[in-house]
Amino acid sequence: MRVPLSWLRAYAELPDPVDAAEVARRLTAAGLEVESAEPAGHDIRGVVIGQVLSIEELTGFKKPIRYCRVAVSPAQLGGDPGDASGVICGAANFAVGDRVPLALPGAVLPGAFEIGARRAYGRMSEGMICSASELAIGDDHTGILVLDPDAPLGEDFVTYARLRDEVLEIAVTPDRGYAVSVRGVARELASAFGVPFTDPARAALPGPEVLGGPLDDEGPDVWPARIEDPTACDRFVLREVRGFDPAARTPLWMRVRLARCGVRSVSLAVDVTNYLMLELGQPLHPFDRSKLHGEIVVRRARPGERLETLDHVRRDLDPADILITDASGPISMAGTMGGLSTEIDERSTDLVIEAAHFSPEGTAKMSRRHKLHSEASYRFERGADRELPLPASAKAVALLSRLGGGRIIPGCTHAQAPVEPVRVSMAADYPDRVAGVVYGRDTVVRRLRDVGCEVREGMAATAPTIAPWRADRAAGAAAPGTAEHGRHDRLIPVLEVTPPSWRSDLTDPADLAEEVIRLEGYENIPARMPRALAGHGLTARQRLRRTVGRALGGAGFVEVHTDPFASPKDSGALSLPPEDLRRPAVRVANPLSEDEPLMRTTLLPGLFRVLLRNIGRGFGDLALFETGLVFRPRPGAPSVAPILPVNRGPSVQELAALEAALPDQPLHVAAVLAGACELPGWWGPGRAASWPDAVEAAREIGRACHLSLEVRADKEPPWHPGRCAALYVLAPSPGAGANGGARAGGEAGGAGGEAGGASGEQAHEWLAGHAGELHPRVIAAYGLPARTCALELDLQVLFTAAEAAGPVRAPQLSSYPVATQDVALVVPSGVAAASVQDALEAGAGDLLEDVRLFDVYTGEQLGEDRKSLAYTLRFRAPDRTLTVAETTAARDAAVAEAARRVGAELRGG
Amino acid sequence: MSAPNKNYDPVAVSSLSPGEVSRMLDEALAAVAQAGSLEELRAARIAHAGDRSPLALARAEIGALPPEARAEAGRRVSAAQTQLKDALSRRQAELEADRDQRVLVTEAVDVTLPGDRTPPGALHPVTLLADRLSDVFVAMGYEVAEGPEVEAEWYNFDALNIPPDHPAREMQDTLFVAPSSGPGSAGGPGLPSQGSSGLVLRTHTSPVQIRSMLTRPLPLYVVSPGRCYRNEALDATHLPVFYQIEGLAVDEGLTMADLRGAIQAFVDAMFGAGLRTRLRPDYFPFTEPSGDVSMECHVCRGASTDPGADPCRVCRSQGWIEIAGCGMVNPRVLVACGIDPDRYSGFAFGLGIERALMVGHDLTDIRETVDGDVRFSRAFGMEI
Ligand SMILES: [Zn+2]
Repeated sequence: MRVPLSWLRAYAELPDPVDAAEVARRLTAAGLEVESAEPAGHDIRGVVIGQVLSIEELTGFKKPIRYCRVAVSPAQLGGDPGDASGVICGAANFAVGDRVPLALPGAVLPGAFEIGARRAYGRMSEGMICSASELAIGDDHTGILVLDPDAPLGEDFVTYARLRDEVLEIAVTPDRGYAVSVRGVARELASAFGVPFTDPARAALPGPEVLGGPLDDEGPDVWPARIEDPTACDRFVLREVRGFDPAARTPLWMRVRLARCGVRSVSLAVDVTNYLMLELGQPLHPFDRSKLHGEIVVRRARPGERLETLDHVRRDLDPADILITDASGPISMAGTMGGLSTEIDERSTDLVIEAAHFSPEGTAKMSRRHKLHSEASYRFERGADRELPLPASAKAVALLSRLGGGRIIPGCTHAQAPVEPVRVSMAADYPDRVAGVVYGRDTVVRRLRDVGCEVREGMAATAPTIAPWRADRAAGAAAPGTAEHGRHDRLIPVLEVTPPSWRSDLTDPADLAEEVIRLEGYENIPARMPRALAGHGLTARQRLRRTVGRALGGAGFVEVHTDPFASPKDSGALSLPPEDLRRPAVRVANPLSEDEPLMRTTLLPGLFRVLLRNIGRGFGDLALFETGLVFRPRPGAPSVAPILPVNRGPSVQELAALEAALPDQPLHVAAVLAGACELPGWWGPGRAASWPDAVEAAREIGRACHLSLEVRADKEPPWHPGRCAALYVLAPSPGAGANGGARAGGEAGGAGGEAGGASGEQAHEWLAGHAGELHPRVIAAYGLPARTCALELDLQVLFTAAEAAGPVRAPQLSSYPVATQDVALVVPSGVAAASVQDALEAGAGDLLEDVRLFDVYTGEQLGEDRKSLAYTLRFRAPDRTLTVAETTAARDAAVAEAARRVGAELRGG
Repeated sequence: MSAPNKNYDPVAVSSLSPGEVSRMLDEALAAVAQAGSLEELRAARIAHAGDRSPLALARAEIGALPPEARAEAGRRVSAAQTQLKDALSRRQAELEADRDQRVLVTEAVDVTLPGDRTPPGALHPVTLLADRLSDVFVAMGYEVAEGPEVEAEWYNFDALNIPPDHPAREMQDTLFVAPSSGPGSAGGPGLPSQGSSGLVLRTHTSPVQIRSMLTRPLPLYVVSPGRCYRNEALDATHLPVFYQIEGLAVDEGLTMADLRGAIQAFVDAMFGAGLRTRLRPDYFPFTEPSGDVSMECHVCRGASTDPGADPCRVCRSQGWIEIAGCGMVNPRVLVACGIDPDRYSGFAFGLGIERALMVGHDLTDIRETVDGDVRFSRAFGMEI
């Protein structure tokens, strides 16, 4: 809300002068954040009031040009026009004798625009006749600003028009509908400075001599109206002015105030309604009486009804829309926008002024449904003052008749629906208990009265924290009962508070507490040092998430955050088969980008896009990773999540119904590698990142979780079918956390004697994810560098397995000497190295400390489809130095097991 | 004691004569002096101080002397051996110094050559800052709570006292989830608005507050960092996908003074003690009273507001930096979570992590956080 300080000053008796910065500070401290306080009108100098003496129409130019003589003193009025200033002017909306603002040579206009004497159109122009826009009091630049005939000749225009002011820009929070008005801001300002406040809704009200009777007197001649739906509107007032001069001009003072608030001047009738809306906060709507047909009824729309609104849009109405209708049908969307058919125009002489109180929810829904946000709907949504329609409409007709002629029809039409008054009972010390400050009852009562509340002091057995009509006490279970029981034998001081009509936001003791505390000053609340709490620290999963990140960072991966949105094209680009779990996706109804309406089901496409962006910036050697949620719709989930009640805690079943509608959102980690993972340099050539780097990164993630991942060949898209590793983890049971995207792998324990599971539970293998080189088709689809590698793991699976594994157990270290044996085994090339190693480990027995593959060889002498794997076996006993015979026997047993399982032959043996 | 040996060999014993010992010593010292390298010195050591050296052999003969001569001969040989040992270590030191001068100089390399074979890894600064902010609260005894990003409307709005059609819902431009199948909700009591799924991309981390209150025992002190979504245009200071961290305390007797204390403790932990904080009224539907917190600018400490002072980019010469929204948990929210508002009260606060990054680390364009440029994360490394 923009508002000039001078207007506020009319109702709050501020000291004069007052520092605008101090005004801003105090309003902000009271909860009306002043975003800016800008001076206005101080930048205009040398503009005086002149009178047009003569007009000479110059011809021969592309547009009409006038050469005028303008008098700026009474002496010039009577003298030779040739002595007065000669001015060139391009506007034609004025006549000889009109008084106008004239910028003399040397004048300065807003924007530091200096006026000088200059030659134009063959004449000397000694200044400029100003338009409203040139004086920054409106956007009308088509014509010059014609002043009242009684504007004092020769006087400084800025002084005359009271242009020097400070304009405050206030950000009003949605709970404070009342503050979207001069009335509301002035009230806050008066409390902030502790000065008297005059309520503009009560001051200078037109009396019976103007209205023909008391404010709420119903008149027989006013247009008839009634409310059909009391949930839509609880007060509807009409007043009439007849014989109004539609050509009457808006007075300068009103134009200046409207302009300072950022409102355009349209016509006197419209300007008056806008002016009063700004001042009081009450939206007003003028109808042209001659265009109305029969009784006005406030009701909801009927099926199929349409209305063409003032913005020339034909709107299909919704049955929930609140309408003003007459015999012809809808004529206005209540509190939102009027209809075209009853609009006032340049011939309207008989005006019917509507002032009403519409349902905040109703107007909010309607303006949202039609994407129609007006100054009126903005105020109604935030809660207007139900007591304003009568005085605001009275002020409107009084102003219209005073400024535009016309006769006020006595009385008004006043339809209303009964409204239950809001009363809040609050323990007198409740604000003290909220703030942690002792204010005392007197201060609390005084502050509530400052706000406009009526306060009655009394005693009661109890004063609940929630307004009783809001909380379902019966369902609130036993706790309140016990509290009441404890208080039963004594009475506590209680305040019975009736909030003012303009504060529909004050419904609970907490709202009242805030009023007291903000007016007493948030800055006066002390800081109490927190006491020590017995927290449990991070959970194991939270610690593991950090450890995984640090492990990858330490391994040379750079973490990035990508937007979690996906394109429908990603499934195809990733070559996902039709039944793939990553195909069904959560869809955003109003996506940020039409190209990416889905939530990601895999982290990879986002990483690909970031990879390409970095390559585009000249960084080709990249290892990137991201951890984040992926979103997988749950098959068979209900398509709608219910809205639970809020007047009590939900039941377990209700919460389960909510959870069931949510998609699965497992935490994933993914990485991509492209270019070199070791750079070339003076030390020699670099090394390109390749599939083992991706698999090793996956193993590294496993190690960070104290898990040893089992690697097996797989053919999962988007990976290269010959270069794709599936990573499995052993977990005791398909327990709680591993639901996510995990699916069970093969049976456990098939590989060797050690049958995992710590507690003897049946151990399962869970697929944690994949790593390897990407499929060439995927690389082509995304335009990635050849041989780009990637991995993606479900951290939920890893964390569940890690938690099940329990604490790390310290190893028993032997200090006896190590004995090493190398073996080279020839196996069919299809045999996985991992299975050879498994066999060696199983066969070698307990003496084996470590086995390490140090060479892979293929060559002609081995024969077609065979490869040689060379291993170093390290043996050590816990209690003795091994003999050569012992280590040889263990080695032979290892080789024998490899021969049995995978047909390995000892090379050269 | 055995009788003295009267049949000793005078030739053999002559090696222990003063003259002979002195000759052996001279010979040895000469060999040490002549050794021109560490290898030659090692040879001289073996020849003259080793087990088979003349002096060692002579010492072995001492037992053959008559008892009355043994002591003197022993002293003589020992003195010679000590002298030789000193000479050897002196020469050793000389030759080693000599070698260091000559040999190691020739092995010198240019240690300023780069060794950056593998490009460095890094964590994202938003991750780092979220962890650091969490740690501050964890140290105060809070626990870290998490929740889903695709969230039920009830958690995101209704339970937080943001009723349908309230202007507050429009403060947060929401990204809605489309119904997964069919036309979506039919509308009506207990159902979301017509055609909707009742699911949203959470607009704040506050639904985690609701989840915490519904699942954790009281009293409750949690902090919840996480990703949030708004239907907003991306620009230098706005992200449609961003991170927040929120704190929530629910306990008996909590007041705004406790809220101020918690925030002051947080600012002290993040920026060091001595910066003041300021609380001003604001509006959030889920807190009442509500406020926003500013802290004294940690860069200029308010000096930039003095007339004629240098401007401060961090606080835009305001002297204060807005850091968080906060308030006392609206009792209506407690009721929606089944908590007795007559017995318990709570406070909550929340701040934007990217915004904290802008304030604390000079970030001027917030878009850098989602751009994915490796230079950005690398600048922050592994700790913030
Ligand atoms: Zn500063």
